[in-house]
Amino acid sequence: MLDVIKTIPIEYYVYLSSLLFCIGVFGVLIRRNAIVVLMCVELMLNAVNLMLAAFSTYLSDEQGQIMVFFIMVVAAAEAAVGLGILVMVFRNTKTTDIYKLDKLKF
Amino acid sequence: MSLTVFLILGLASVIFSLLMVFTKNPVHSVIFLILTFFSIAGQYVLLNAQFLAVVHIIVYAGAIMVLFLFVLMLLNLNTDAEPRQSSRWKLGAAIAAGMLLVTLVGALKGGIKLNMPEESNPYVGLAQNLGKSLFTDFVVPFEIAGILFLAAMVGAVLLAKRDVKI
Repeated sequence: MLDVIKTIPIEYYVYLSSLLFCIGVFGVLIRRNAIVVLMCVELMLNAVNLMLAAFSTYLSDEQGQIMVFFIMVVAAAEAAVGLGILVMVFRNTKTTDIYKLDKLKF
Repeated sequence: MSLTVFLILGLASVIFSLLMVFTKNPVHSVIFLILTFFSIAGQYVLLNAQFLAVVHIIVYAGAIMVLFLFVLMLLNLNTDAEPRQSSRWKLGAAIAAGMLLVTLVGALKGGIKLNMPEESNPYVGLAQNLGKSLFTDFVVPFEIAGILFLAAMVGAVLLAKRDVKI
């Protein structure tokens, strides 16, 4: 039962989630569509979730997985409000290019 | 056996997330991100966190990504009309992300001393255990999360409504 702990070192999970987090950072930096930038933020949140779940399993402690639930709650709320803001911005400016969205008021 | 599964799932998640970043069409980005989420859900199953895996698929692939796809279709952004970043900016972004990766890996490499319990509990990620913890030790954060959801719902409706008088 649960031979993951014995066969996979915890460092592998750390490396994988660091790599996914950095891919998310890279996407935030190079993409210009604001919706895709939000998706890259979701990827970064998921990388953190993976690391929390891995440590939770390795330590036999459920608090890490509870923390993952709360991160999911925040991610869902963030996606809903962020997309609502983007829909409103698109209605007023006809673009989601972050280079054109550099004013606080249109 | 589990190491092979871990490597396959990890490679799949890295490849799909790179495709998500590099593909031009936003709808394809959403599809690749969903595939990334499925491989991360596979990692959760491998870690014996079944409840987390199911919730992850329902919340992310089922709710959040559908919302993203819906907004993309609503705004008619399903073409690759996104302007290109300059290659110098891309190089800078790659250097910045790579340095962050080097920093993270270098800081965490070899320095992880886990006080792993001798008798590991394989049922820690099941719904019974998590629900018990969520409704006893974490009941106040749970209720606050409900209030946060209510506020987010009201805020999203208010933002997306046309001609709202505040």
